[in-house]
Amino acid sequence: MVQTTITVTVDGTSYTDQVEPRMLLVQYLRETLGKTGTLIGCDTSNCGACTVHLDGVSVKSCTMFAVQADGHEVTTIEGIAGADGLHPMQTAFHENHALQCGFCTPGMIMASIDLLRENPNPDEQMIRDGLEGNLCRCTGYQNIVKAVRSAAETEAAKVELGATIPVGQPS
Amino acid sequence: MSTLSKRPVNPVVGASEPHESAVGHVTGRALYTDDISTVRRDALVAWPVQSTQAHALITALRTDRALAVPGVVRVLTADDVPGHNDAGIWGDEPLFPTEVMYYGHAICWVLGESTEAARLGAAAVEVEYETLPSVITVSEAIAAGSFQGTPRVSRRGDIDAALSQAAHVFSGEIETSGQEHFYLETHASLAYYDEGDQLYVQCSTQNPSEAQAVVAHVLGLPRNAITVQSLRMGGGFGGKETQPHGLAAVAALGATLTGRPVRLRLNRTQDITITGKRPGFQMTWTAGFNDDGLLVGLKASMTADGGWCLDLMQAVLSRALCHFDNAYWIPAVEVHGRIVKTHKTSQTAFRGFGGPQGVLLIEDVFGKAAPALGIDPAELRRRNFYAPGQATPYGQVVKDAERMPKIWSKLLESCAFERRQNEIAAFNDSHAHVKRGLAITPIKFGISFNASFFNQAGALVLVYQDGSVLINHGGTEMGQGLHTKMIQVAATALGVPRSAVRLAPTRTDKVPNTSATAASTGADLNGAAVKNACDQIRERMAVVASGLLGVNPADVRFSDGAVTGLGAAEQLSFAEVATAAYLQRVQLSAAGYYRTEGLHWDQESWTGSPFSYFAFGAAATEVEVDGFTGAYRTRRVDIVHDVGDSLSPMIDVGQIEGGYVQGAGWLTLEDLRWDTSNGPTRGRLLTQSASTYKIPSFSEMPEEFNVTLFDEAHEEGSIYGSKAVGEPPLMLALSVREALRQAVGGFGPAGHPVTLASPATPEAVFWAVDEARAATQAATTQSAMTPGTTTQGTSTAAAVTTDSEQPPSLTPERSSILANP
Ligand code: FES
Ligand code: FES
Repeated sequence: MVQTTITVTVDGTSYTDQVEPRMLLVQYLRETLGKTGTLIGCDTSNCGACTVHLDGVSVKSCTMFAVQADGHEVTTIEGIAGADGLHPMQTAFHENHALQCGFCTPGMIMASIDLLRENPNPDEQMIRDGLEGNLCRCTGYQNIVKAVRSAAETEAAKVELGATIPVGQPS
Repeated sequence: MSTLSKRPVNPVVGASEPHESAVGHVTGRALYTDDISTVRRDALVAWPVQSTQAHALITALRTDRALAVPGVVRVLTADDVPGHNDAGIWGDEPLFPTEVMYYGHAICWVLGESTEAARLGAAAVEVEYETLPSVITVSEAIAAGSFQGTPRVSRRGDIDAALSQAAHVFSGEIETSGQEHFYLETHASLAYYDEGDQLYVQCSTQNPSEAQAVVAHVLGLPRNAITVQSLRMGGGFGGKETQPHGLAAVAALGATLTGRPVRLRLNRTQDITITGKRPGFQMTWTAGFNDDGLLVGLKASMTADGGWCLDLMQAVLSRALCHFDNAYWIPAVEVHGRIVKTHKTSQTAFRGFGGPQGVLLIEDVFGKAAPALGIDPAELRRRNFYAPGQATPYGQVVKDAERMPKIWSKLLESCAFERRQNEIAAFNDSHAHVKRGLAITPIKFGISFNASFFNQAGALVLVYQDGSVLINHGGTEMGQGLHTKMIQVAATALGVPRSAVRLAPTRTDKVPNTSATAASTGADLNGAAVKNACDQIRERMAVVASGLLGVNPADVRFSDGAVTGLGAAEQLSFAEVATAAYLQRVQLSAAGYYRTEGLHWDQESWTGSPFSYFAFGAAATEVEVDGFTGAYRTRRVDIVHDVGDSLSPMIDVGQIEGGYVQGAGWLTLEDLRWDTSNGPTRGRLLTQSASTYKIPSFSEMPEEFNVTLFDEAHEEGSIYGSKAVGEPPLMLALSVREALRQAVGGFGPAGHPVTLASPATPEAVFWAVDEARAATQAATTQSAMTPGTTTQGTSTAAAVTTDSEQPPSLTPERSSILANP
């Protein structure tokens, strides 16, 4: 089968691999790179479980070919924690019990980070609208909205003190 | 207070602890089955060949073309099975069928070096069919006499006398749709032979022991040759109680025949088209009330859509027949239940397990009767609650019945029910095309498996010399927080901080013969078993500590990692006592066991005491319906729910919120549609992906959602005074259905009983509004012609109100009217 060579930076490390043109980005992440933190929920770009960042912007990795990521930077759930611990959005999901089975969580967190990048201080309605493309079957969404609000508030407080970069910044 | 329910001072249970795997989930490090599979680079991938007929004999199955596909290693067929070709518990589920029983039925499985190879191989398998007649809908099955299982009747008193003497008699019909579990993680298994030549199966299952049993049965091996592990599931909801086991057997068979690991993960469409669902029910009822609005009798029949095989349907039907009373005293009862066999996927456990269908029936009765009786629906429901001492139709006294009215009044007050009812009445008066509704509904749900023998559990607890603790139990984690609670139980029982306890994955070689994590019993049963093991170890350690502290063993206290003696000045650490115990040759591990006492059930007479206790709750939901489109939104939800003394409040509230939303999905959005035409794809599931099967998303979230745990809730005789929480909250969503009914009623004349299809999709609501408006028009015309008449009070024993009309959304002509207005 025809193979194409791609070079992609994933979570800060550069990889060069031979892939079939029809390989999906999510398959490349999971099967080739072993980045299983990115999950597959629906296969049809409805659920958002596979959400990652492409150059800092959230995309559903089951809706993209690996070759489309050639020359780009991909960030997955495994690449957002800083050296000093969890990303603020990860902390917020953890503390607000914004997860049950956790299967939607990586995608939810990646989408939420992108949401705050676009709008650092969204109200509840904006959070609901912004995350509409991500499904969760367990939580009923209440705590997810709470978590994103709390991440936004924490970051707003920190920014006021001039302490750190906003939560939405791709890391 | 019993030793099981009494909490020591300083308990770890009762604290709002984050989920045990939360860090793993937010970092992506928590592994699911197919994540584990990716590590096995040498694994073969299994892919199914699915039937393209609803019902047919397989006259030829040719695999040679598939074997010629590069990368295809083997095609698994019935000839390969060394044991029994059956994946079920009743012997009616051939793993490799010769007669396909539903569209999508897996016929054989292709093993390939890659997903792609296996998929292409499956496409190359040639199947020839001899088409047989098929039944798809419940009505078709009834007409064809296609039944399975044993019909059951719940009976009390003289129903015919009760109905003939009743002041008001109403009847109705309702057909509820099924529901797809749509756990975000689809079914997955990985099988291989380990270093010790033990067949190891990692399976996303709620019931590892049954997975082990089915694999053993198919392979003709004793169970001790097989270890099944269920590390965690990305959601289960009952969908992984029986359904994973045939799939695990396919992977295990593949591994046995090829000597290579085999991984199997269904993609979403395969998952929806192959595996079981919540059954739809067709129900008819006749209910009698006296002049005070008290129910005097209920006669009903429930026909459950059983799909192609029995699976858990008999038990599902049992639960429906034990829950049609919900929270209400019904003196005379005759309710018949039966199961039809249809050419559809199997129908199986789904959160509530038949309970929701039963509760839906009686809430439909109240929803229809209230306007006709001219009694406010909330008041009508309250009047009919069980009084302390009264028994269910199957003869079990309703323990803690006084909690229901307490919860009710608490909720009415906290949600400002009366004030909002008045506001809504004013709003509806001033808005012709938008109406609001506010409804409150109760839940009483029996906890324990209906079949008494399932109510047992085991645990294994190990204390190491450094004082660290490792626990195992028979329950599985699907997101519900069971493992978190079990860690809290162990930490409480041993008197150590949560951080000292670690939990190892659920495996059949640690705790054998376990029951499914189901029927909401996970924490009750396994928690009691974990505590039992911890108690044994703590008592032994108390003897050791008493010697060191110079006090009586009964005066030794374990708390927060410290061991003290009453009156002793010295304090020891838990680790010091553990080390001392080891040196004194005192055993630091224990197997725990628990069985629920006092349960009995006679399915012939349909009587007994099958439940350990009842969980109670109530929800009030407000909706707003648009009269032009039937579109609606949920403005506010308030819930007061009884979880006993909560083991883990944050987790329990999460279960309540999630359960409600899932129930609202079942009742308002999730619409399984099957091809009922006589075309070539008859029996095909039309809603087979997330793009056509609609589960609740952020946009359907209630605008305001308040959940309160009922506080006078100690449950005597249950683990640390707690109650089960998994299933009951799902049925709180009946309040959204009833609120929609009331809002629709606002478009009709006073006293107009609203028939609402289930699910109450916007389309169904639109047709109900249409009907209500037509009734208004008719009433106006009529009263113009004969002044003084009213539509109220026409329902008496002499004039029985019936609505035999098909629920609107089920009528195809009406759907096409909507499509082409
Ligand atoms: S798996 Fe990509 S959106 Fe569902
Ligand atoms: S936590 Fe299970 S799908 Fe969201």
